[in-house]
Amino acid sequence: MSKLVYNEMLKIVRKKRLWVIAAIVAVLVALFTYAQYRETEELRKRLGTTDWRTQLQQQIVDLQNRLQSPSMSEEWRKYLQIRLKQQQYYLEHNVNPSAPGAPTFMRTFIENAIDLFLPLLVMVVAADLVSSEASAGTIKLLLVRPVKRWKVLLSKYIALLLSVSFIMLTTAVLSYAISGLVFGYGGFHLPLLTGFVPQGEDLNTDNVHMIPQWKYILMELGLAAFVSTVVGTLTLMLSVLFRSTAAVMGVMLAALISGAILSNMVSSWQSAKYLFMVNLRLTDYLKGAAPPIEGMTLGFSMTVLAVWGLMSLAVAFVVFARRDVY
Amino acid sequence: MMKPVTLAVHGLRKTIRGKEIIRGVSFALHEGEVFGFLGPNGAGKTTTIRMLVGLIRPTSGTVMIGGYDLHREFTEAIRQIGCIVENPEMYPYLTGWENLEHFARMMPGIGADRIMEVAKLVGLEQRIHDRVSTYSLGMRQRLGIAQALLGKPKVLILDEPTNGLDPAGIREMRAFIRFLAETEGLSVLVSSHLLSEIQLMCDRVAIMAKGRLLAVDTVERLLNEQARVVWKADPLDRAQVLLAEETEVLRADEEGIITPYEPAKLAAWNAKLVRAGVAVAHIEPRLPTLEDLFIELTGGETIE
Repeated sequence: MSKLVYNEMLKIVRKKRLWVIAAIVAVLVALFTYAQYRETEELRKRLGTTDWRTQLQQQIVDLQNRLQSPSMSEEWRKYLQIRLKQQQYYLEHNVNPSAPGAPTFMRTFIENAIDLFLPLLVMVVAADLVSSEASAGTIKLLLVRPVKRWKVLLSKYIALLLSVSFIMLTTAVLSYAISGLVFGYGGFHLPLLTGFVPQGEDLNTDNVHMIPQWKYILMELGLAAFVSTVVGTLTLMLSVLFRSTAAVMGVMLAALISGAILSNMVSSWQSAKYLFMVNLRLTDYLKGAAPPIEGMTLGFSMTVLAVWGLMSLAVAFVVFARRDVY
Repeated sequence: MMKPVTLAVHGLRKTIRGKEIIRGVSFALHEGEVFGFLGPNGAGKTTTIRMLVGLIRPTSGTVMIGGYDLHREFTEAIRQIGCIVENPEMYPYLTGWENLEHFARMMPGIGADRIMEVAKLVGLEQRIHDRVSTYSLGMRQRLGIAQALLGKPKVLILDEPTNGLDPAGIREMRAFIRFLAETEGLSVLVSSHLLSEIQLMCDRVAIMAKGRLLAVDTVERLLNEQARVVWKADPLDRAQVLLAEETEVLRADEEGIITPYEPAKLAAWNAKLVRAGVAVAHIEPRLPTLEDLFIELTGGETIE
């Protein structure tokens, strides 16, 4: 099996797919870094030279005053206390919370890339894994070997998973390395709040707690890898079903983009939550942003994605193993 | 004495969307023979070949390769076969060597020495480390044969192997196929829609049309059954009368008198004509072309 996977990786590498992906990431990260830099500059100009420390101290005093008030619910008090701890950390460690370091850039980059950009990169590899062999005719030479068909597809799937890992790693490393040139490389220990649970209009803050940024980033990378794997699996299925890579790309792109649009308008269409494409923004659950449809949770979204992934994997294998090749 | 059977096909059928494309094809290949698969485009040659190598699942029927059932013992059976189905499509962004290496990794026990061996065998060792995208069609065809030979198969299946080759390339390919069968002892199945092709390189031939095999026999026998003799003599009408007493006169026109070919009686017929004072100018045994044969077998349907 390792020889088969080697074959598939060889083809991906020699088609220069991975280089293209790395180049796209590098260019985009550089672009966003510059944009972010301009924005921070603008912000600094507008706010004048006000010392951020004085601002932070002001906010802390404010929080402390509010905590004094007796007419406050217990949960709210707890939340404010956590906020207070976070602010104090910034002050003690001399961290300007509005001036991002490379890890913060990396975190927001992943958050913004998870539902469209990363899936797109995965598609670059996955879309033609099978369809290009079918349209070029090389599939015939591939399938007349003493290797069962499911093994051939499995080797392609493993190569895809390796490529997804490569994409995640490249995104993480490049977004850190490039943005660090401008924003500095520190900030992995910045405390972030997580554990918000949106309930209707409100935010349940019962479980809110602080975690260091590096942990937060690892969680995000994990979720992004999960999303990318599912999108890759779906793309692989389409690649098995269609002979034309363009068709695979088209269908997948349409699905992803419709997901981005639907997320903004399906709040009253309950059953839309079973579509895979409105479940892609897993990192929003960490931030505590309201989900597109009420009642969606991290667990729910991951289950939906996993079911879609497993079903398409099954379809891909069954069709690939049984189909007549012309 | 027949050599051992390497590939046996029995009752092969394929129905696609209710339409029977292949209607019961049976034949066998023996060691060291070149077997021709002749038929017009659309006769079902390629579909049959795809079923022989497991690309298409037959609706019914069996394919036995080297004693293994292709359907039930796929890996063992397919190991005995090397093939080119239609065009030998390779990965253009890899070198010839890398392509061969790629396929070698899918077969047990095939190393760099074997790759070099087949590259030399097809005369591609000079350019083997160049990218396939820089290859000419003939070189790709040869690389295709190299990959088919890689696993030391007992049966070689070549679908239209001379397609797109120039006359020199065609002659070379023909010699190479004969060499593989005679020297290496392979069974080679060659499909073609060109009669001359099959006639020149095959030992036996199967004629296929509309999903059926019309005839399977040695090329010679199929031809001999239809062999004719052309007579030219003066006076022609006198000769025709005399010959009609001995045998059937099939045709008599400006080309001459045409009778069946019976080698044992030819001299006696000639003597009779000479004795009767007919000046015999020309006696020519003529093998029919496979084209004549095909028209005969299909009842007037032509090839292409």
